[in-house]
Amino acid sequence: MRAAIVHEPIDPAALIAEVAHESNGATSVFLGTVRSDNDGKDVAGIEYSAYDEMAGTEMVAILEETRSAFAVEHAVVEHRVGTLAIGDISIAVVVATPHRAASLSAVQYIVEEVKGRAPIWKLEHYVDGTRGWVGAGSREATR
Amino acid sequence: MTVTVRLFASYAERLGHSSLSIELPAGSRVEDAVTSLRNMPGGSMLPPTPLVAINRGYASPDSVLSEGDELAVIPPVAGG
Repeated sequence: MRAAIVHEPIDPAALIAEVAHESNGATSVFLGTVRSDNDGKDVAGIEYSAYDEMAGTEMVAILEETRSAFAVEHAVVEHRVGTLAIGDISIAVVVATPHRAASLSAVQYIVEEVKGRAPIWKLEHYVDGTRGWVGAGSREATR
Repeated sequence: MTVTVRLFASYAERLGHSSLSIELPAGSRVEDAVTSLRNMPGGSMLPPTPLVAINRGYASPDSVLSEGDELAVIPPVAGG
């Protein structure tokens, strides 16, 4: 079980290898990527920032909850910070379990909890030169 | 007592600081620190009861602060 804020590109293959174990028959992967449109605005890229120390602690806590709730022993989550381009992976969650139901449920739980609890922010840069902080259900436009 | 305040994202931009120290009377609570921050230039954009953490754990407005605490004022999170 490992959770980390990373500054370099995420390597999904390395994460899949990290959770591999002969006892596992299912591996589920979630990749969040930067998309080119948000609420009708053309996105050029996203600048992610985090309260690194707390985000790491919070993600570890989420993995521990996952262990208790879904009997998961092999899981990894990485969230990237810095300037990301369209298509770049911002978050990867990989869970391997003996059977598929647990890994699928665990991946969804981890993704939702990280998005809702980990102190991470994104500043969208738009093609038209404007920028805006994205919050939970809101966007604060700035220039 | 002295408390270290951490600010992030839009809050850091508006107040012009990502980290600062504030002086508060002993026994002050989070809400007292937030009031102090809201009185600073740019601070009026802070909500009266923002999401906060003390020493990297989520806390509430009535949590009591101690000398040397790190108080983080956390904008709406948007990871993923």
